[in-house]
Amino acid sequence: MIPFLDVVRRSFLQAVGNGFVGLENYRTVLENKAFRLAAGNTVRFMLTCLPLLMILSLFLAVLVRKAVRFQRWMKTGFLLPMAIPAASVVIFFKLVFDEKGWLGRLTGALGMEAVDWLASDWAFLVLVACYIWKNLGYDIILWLAGLGAILGEQYEAARVQGAGEWACFWYITLPQLKETVFVTGLLSFVNAFRVFREAYLLAGDYPHESIYMLQHLFNNWFVNLDIQKMTAAAVMLVIVTGAAIVPLSIRKGEMDEKS
Amino acid sequence: MRNHSFRQWVIRGILLAVFSIMVFPLLMLFANSLMGKQELLETFGAVLADSGEYAGMRIFPAYPTLRAYVRLLLDSPEYFTAFWNSMIQTVGVVFGQLLAAVPAAWAFAQFHFPGKRILWLVYMILMILPFQVTMVSGYLVLNAAGLMDTRAAVILPGIFSTLPVFILRKTFAGIPGEILEAARIDGAGDLRIFFGIGIPLGVPGIFSVMILSFLEYWNAIEQPMTYLKTKSLWPLSLYLPQMVNSEAAAAFAASIVTLLPAVLLFFWGQDYLEQGIVASGRL
Repeated sequence: MIPFLDVVRRSFLQAVGNGFVGLENYRTVLENKAFRLAAGNTVRFMLTCLPLLMILSLFLAVLVRKAVRFQRWMKTGFLLPMAIPAASVVIFFKLVFDEKGWLGRLTGALGMEAVDWLASDWAFLVLVACYIWKNLGYDIILWLAGLGAILGEQYEAARVQGAGEWACFWYITLPQLKETVFVTGLLSFVNAFRVFREAYLLAGDYPHESIYMLQHLFNNWFVNLDIQKMTAAAVMLVIVTGAAIVPLSIRKGEMDEKS
Repeated sequence: MRNHSFRQWVIRGILLAVFSIMVFPLLMLFANSLMGKQELLETFGAVLADSGEYAGMRIFPAYPTLRAYVRLLLDSPEYFTAFWNSMIQTVGVVFGQLLAAVPAAWAFAQFHFPGKRILWLVYMILMILPFQVTMVSGYLVLNAAGLMDTRAAVILPGIFSTLPVFILRKTFAGIPGEILEAARIDGAGDLRIFFGIGIPLGVPGIFSVMILSFLEYWNAIEQPMTYLKTKSLWPLSLYLPQMVNSEAAAAFAASIVTLLPAVLLFFWGQDYLEQGIVASGRL
């Protein structure tokens, strides 16, 4: 029954796209300046955040595994931001990033000019920091699971043959993490869309143009009930994601059958 | 040996530094929530009330007081309304999800039916798409059903999220086939197996899903923002940011009360949360 309901929902999704919307709408959207800005920003955000987050979290996950004690405490601390609602930290971010906030004070003491961080090009970096703060723990846990699945004997064998720490990581750990890299990347990507919450709460409907994302655009279109543009853009996004997922999942399906 | 312990300290140092950054916002919020109105104004006047030069920072309030909490709990009915809106919304979604996702996941894990691969693919794509993409279709359906601007508009779509199905399928698929086989030989029907074996063995996965969903919907912003117009229906996630501007004095306390249910649940169920994350990583 549930898959059925889901199919109904999906059918609406397609009916909207195919029904009365011609290619004309797609052209309007693609030529739309706001769409280009938002799509560009979203791509830029993904390209900045995902590698940064994944490398940082992998590094920390390796350290957590190496740490002899306090592993659990560390995990608690890293995961905690996940439990904190965006609304609660808004006031904290205000204190940090306001023109007269802590960050402004710090840069002021260093002789730099204070800016309203969220209303300048810095807003992009603020958002990146926000995203990493929130998602670091999630990714660390994913990496830890991946690392834990690697057999310890392989390291011992390599060490007996004189392999150093770095060689072990490069030739044993990384190749076996391929699957985890894929999944972590995918989930980080999914979560990256949620950064809109922080962006919206901090900067509103029309934030600084360096953080004007597709999510803002969709939201503003929605407020104006610009259904045609929304559906056209939505269908395009579905196609793009589908095109990325289908080959990957087919490959994964083959792997599952082999094993 | 000496070298080894030195490395341990370096590792601990790095981890501790990151740990502090992660926890710092929560500590500051808590410390500030204990400040009186006067002290808040002195310390953060620059940011909150446009007076003074820069915002100060105090980790320990000079005159700790619980007055902000008292004011919040006694004098702000709107906050209460928002709190209950959040509760109803979140609890509704979490339990609804169980009703929907547990059977669906069981079906995916245990049965073979035509089109299973395709359907699974659709689920995967639905999971990846951001809310904004499905927002239009959601709106059209809700509008046609006359549900716009009601709590159901937030709860119903939330119930049919796909992530719980993914996590639970993994849990159910991990149940050894021999157990099910044995039950079947003893004459148990499909329903009996589902309720007698599937659900009891799936409890850890179910907890994981509940915690992940609770955190997600307690923090939901996009859905209520899009589907709710009436302010008295707004959850905390929308109400609180407005409060920061209008009643800064109580805003810290309000922030703490807002995050309390989520954080308490997190401390209680950290292990389940971790299991849930791990399961989400094994699509």
